[in-house]
Amino acid sequence: MTAADTKSDTMTGAPIPRREAARLVAGKGHYTDDIDVAGLLHVAFLRSPYPHARIDRIDVAAAQDMPGVVAVLTAADLARVCAPWQTKLALLPSHVSPLQSPLADGEACWQGEAVVAVVAATRALAEDAAERVTIEWSELPAIPDMTSAAAPGAPPVNSAMANNLGLDHAITTGDPDAAFRDAAVVVEHDFSFDRQTGVTLEPRVILAEFDPRLGQLTVHHSHQVPHQMRDVFAAQLKLPLAKVRVVTPDVGGAFGLKIAAYPDEMAVAAIAVLLGRPVKFCADRLESFISDNHAREATVKGRMAVDAEGKLLAMDLSVVSGFGAYSAYPRGSVGEALQAVMMAAAPYRMKSLRGRVRGYFQNKPPSGVLRAVGQPIATTVTEQLLDLAAQKLNLDPAEIRRRNYIDAAAVAARSAGGVVLSELSLERCHDRLLKLMDYDALRRDQQSLRKAGVYRGVGLAAFIEQTAVGPQLYGPQNVRASAQETCRLTLEPDGSLTCASSITDQGQGTRTALTQIVADELGVDIDTVQITTGDTQSTPFGGGAWASRGAALGGEAALRAARRLKQSVLTIAASLLQAETSALRLSGGVISNTAGLPQMTIADIAATASFKAHLVPLGELPPLEITESFAPRELPYVAANGIQAAYVEVDPELGTIRVLGFWVVDDCGRVINPLLVDEQIRGGVVQGIGAALYEQCIYSTDGQLENGSLADYLVPMAGEMPDIFIAHMETPTSATTLGARGVGEAGTVGAAAALWTAVNDALAPFGAVMTVQPFTPERVLDRIALAGTPPHDL
Amino acid sequence: MTETIVFTLNGKPMMADVDCRLHLADFLRHTLKLTGTHVGCEHGVCGACNILVDGRSMRSCLMLAVQVDGAVIETIEGLTESGKIADLQSEFVARNALQCGYCTPGVLATATELLEQTAPTREEIRDALSGNYCRCTGYHAIVDAIEAVVKKRQAAP
Amino acid sequence: MKAPIFIYKRPASLDEALALLVDNDGGTQVLAGGQSLLATLNMRLSSPAILVDINRITVLQGIEARDDGIRLGALVRHREVLTSPLVARDVPLLAMALPYVAHMAVRNRGTTCGSLALADPSAEMPAVAVALNARIVLEKKGARRSVTARDFFQGLYQTARDDDEMITEVIFPKADADEAFGFTELSRRHGDFATVGLAIRARKAGGALNDLDVIIFGSEPCPLHSPAAAGISIASNASDKDLTEIAATITADMEPMDNHQGRGETKRAQAATLLRRTLKDMQQRALALEAAQP
Repeated sequence: MTAADTKSDTMTGAPIPRREAARLVAGKGHYTDDIDVAGLLHVAFLRSPYPHARIDRIDVAAAQDMPGVVAVLTAADLARVCAPWQTKLALLPSHVSPLQSPLADGEACWQGEAVVAVVAATRALAEDAAERVTIEWSELPAIPDMTSAAAPGAPPVNSAMANNLGLDHAITTGDPDAAFRDAAVVVEHDFSFDRQTGVTLEPRVILAEFDPRLGQLTVHHSHQVPHQMRDVFAAQLKLPLAKVRVVTPDVGGAFGLKIAAYPDEMAVAAIAVLLGRPVKFCADRLESFISDNHAREATVKGRMAVDAEGKLLAMDLSVVSGFGAYSAYPRGSVGEALQAVMMAAAPYRMKSLRGRVRGYFQNKPPSGVLRAVGQPIATTVTEQLLDLAAQKLNLDPAEIRRRNYIDAAAVAARSAGGVVLSELSLERCHDRLLKLMDYDALRRDQQSLRKAGVYRGVGLAAFIEQTAVGPQLYGPQNVRASAQETCRLTLEPDGSLTCASSITDQGQGTRTALTQIVADELGVDIDTVQITTGDTQSTPFGGGAWASRGAALGGEAALRAARRLKQSVLTIAASLLQAETSALRLSGGVISNTAGLPQMTIADIAATASFKAHLVPLGELPPLEITESFAPRELPYVAANGIQAAYVEVDPELGTIRVLGFWVVDDCGRVINPLLVDEQIRGGVVQGIGAALYEQCIYSTDGQLENGSLADYLVPMAGEMPDIFIAHMETPTSATTLGARGVGEAGTVGAAAALWTAVNDALAPFGAVMTVQPFTPERVLDRIALAGTPPHDL
Repeated sequence: MTETIVFTLNGKPMMADVDCRLHLADFLRHTLKLTGTHVGCEHGVCGACNILVDGRSMRSCLMLAVQVDGAVIETIEGLTESGKIADLQSEFVARNALQCGYCTPGVLATATELLEQTAPTREEIRDALSGNYCRCTGYHAIVDAIEAVVKKRQAAP
Repeated sequence: MKAPIFIYKRPASLDEALALLVDNDGGTQVLAGGQSLLATLNMRLSSPAILVDINRITVLQGIEARDDGIRLGALVRHREVLTSPLVARDVPLLAMALPYVAHMAVRNRGTTCGSLALADPSAEMPAVAVALNARIVLEKKGARRSVTARDFFQGLYQTARDDDEMITEVIFPKADADEAFGFTELSRRHGDFATVGLAIRARKAGGALNDLDVIIFGSEPCPLHSPAAAGISIASNASDKDLTEIAATITADMEPMDNHQGRGETKRAQAATLLRRTLKDMQQRALALEAAQP
């Protein structure tokens, strides 16, 4: 279907192809590394080969004499223009990260931390010169793993810290002790989640230009949150906010990885200011693995109490999370661990929860946010424990879920972890999923194949996704991350519309969704709406892309702006036509009267208001440029819900796993564009499958990343991925006029959990249960061997 | 050291002096400003730099620019201009078989070669794509789009 | 990362190329398909002083049938081998292994001889060459010798090739009518290097398999030609239990390496499973073929 086919009154809900897509398939993407600037210099970083070492001396003389070299810079050089920073979270005083500077200053705390920047005419020349820099190091004790970091008397990861504990937080709801005492069934299981990294296909890239005459810094940045970065650059480089412009052109994937202020990127901006010359840094794949923020590394001890009917009574979780060497700036690194507890059993009625969360610094790259932050961990632990409880009670996994869904359909509710839930559709999603996948048929197949020695498993994972997150997340922590989205909608003199939004789009399609909303609300042809995003100079201030907020919050702001603009247009039209505003209708760009007869076009209004305002018989001309902001104020976020299912086959002799099918029923409220929503879910699912089956940063005991290339860090590829079938429930949220909830993380929230439950279902005849993700063949074989039982009938 | 090379680029003869250590992807992107070819790993794994060399898909990061002397090169820009994959491109757009778009030119190069062979099955499409990393889409829509073109080309007289 | 500086030579003839290798101490490297070499250059893991690009040397091209077997020149790409009717007919094991090699774009450029020269322990081509005991032709200025594949691979990335030599061709013996072949590997994803893999040749008599050559690769520093397999005959009516025992005997020869894909002992167990299944598959194919014959 093309845009031309869908010119109807209702764009919203239609599968409109993305406007950027035609450009991108033609190779006309405009990514940061594609930008050509005269006199551009290139930066290569010399990075620490040690996970922890003191820098005794740096000799840059030989490097400075190399061909094409403009400068060889160390921490001291950049300190002249860039102030150090420190991640702090006001509500979590123990989460204090040491001061950080663009380049390691005296001490390197992870293998891969940037130490020296070489600036040269080409990247190759910069790398040639970097080989001539000599650094004298004194190795310090390295603490790469969480257990050693937590050991009493462990040496600190950074000599500026007293110890490595960066978070110790506990919550208790209800009466967990009583619940566990009185439970008919108590199950417990240990979970371990290997460290992952985002592996965006386009690596981190930054191009900074400083015009010393104007004192103007312009940064082109492959990033999610340009307004945040403008604030950060201005603060650290001591420039007025007005003198900093951040542009995020096409971005080749972000997933939370490109939300942080990275030291090496700060270095590039500082170098531009210091040298007064344009400079670019494009991370290569090898340095991406050791300098991008990592995520997920956690262990969880989980217990669940269930009554004789399978009703969930309580959970008790102890989470340990690995932060890396520094807390990610400016949002911190606690999200993964806190969400792992807070989101526990979020889709279910459960009165009691005890959670303890500890996080430790380690000599590894900092951990940050990665799509779905902590929610995959909470969902995995909950869903797996539920299955273990069902097994003990001899209940079908679908049935135990069906008995426990929280009733948040009519009235708002809170989960035991405090998650605010309203207008959910868990039971309806559940029923739809079982039909979509033909659950009973799969169970029959599973049974008959087991007799033939073929071990298949069906796994379910119900989930809550926190979307449309508002200011209550970062505001109280004193983190300068905007949670509101703003739309500035302008009726241009030629009758076209310009929608400048604070959201950013890395391929999600939010830009298209906003044009659909605007076109619908105003009653204009969608092709007359132009959208501008990703440039702090031409877009209003706001959040950008994070926490599944773009369509839900950016869309709401656009909707509100469109409504007001429509009112302005109709007011002017009414005055010109000597009619009542309420008697006029705007559709297809044409204003009609009650009889449906066309009177004038929106372009007529624009021209008249722009050039012949004297003809408009109004005391004051209503504004034709409207700015509307929106952030949820009553709710901290808008919860979305859904359920996922995986069908897998495990080869118990080789330890291999094949994913045969995958299904998702998701409720993201009002679906603005199913094309966008479906692919967001599928992409998220594949990232979850990747987490469960492939992705792991493998560190040696002495802190070296051992699989830091794309040949060795395994990402999910097309050959192994299943077809992913999607269906929707649409329960609009009343928190907004638009009614859309977010969907960007839904797939990732639940997919790994569905793999856990499916694989463990397949392994049930062996009495084996996986404990560590990813499920490598060897880990599968080890669990089967440990269980030690020959396969038995279930 | 530099060498002079003569080759055919997107249907046009071309001559250039190249630094011998420059790989083909960087040459296309930064010397010739054909930025539709992307670089994702520079070790031949991700497929973002796939282009057609003498009609076959290849990793342009694993060839030196100097090696294309005498070769026929087609990049996404040329494939687009010639119209030869217009059907494929329009299926990708219609099915939203791309998000960030960074992998797409490489995926299209792979698909172009694949579709010149006998009509692949869904499984063969997945196998052929197994050397092209896409972090965004989940692959399903990409497979759908290529499969749709297979069917349409078969149906065409 | 970008490649370090090197001198690029593109000889037009084999003699010129070999002249460039005289007195080579490893600083000069031959560039054929470049699918591994250029990746290591782009990571600055190798820094040759001179690259000798042999892609213009036409005598190194071509797949041809000779009396002594099927000859692949040093410039024959994996794709050519995969699509060659000659190879499919006369060297079926090679045709069976090729789909496991990397991905289409890499097969379009990478060469079979290049894979042999690199001797990556996880690569498929060395295992096939050892299974069939292909002859690898090494040339240096003024001298030419041929080494059997079983003598060529000597250890982890170690081969019989001297720095002043290059592989100019490999000759795979043609399969006899009574030969049966099996190839399989365990890898994490399509096209990945093998965690452990098998290349097998045997002589078939009905469903019986005799005169076995079992090559285990991926887990070993270089393809392991199992000594234990040599004396084993597999009866037509061998049970699963028999095959399990045979697989255990053969895999007892392994000295598998520990790495991120698993401990050596895990790979031994996986190899035994693969072996049992592949032998059974070979038997079944042999029987099916026999049944199909008039």
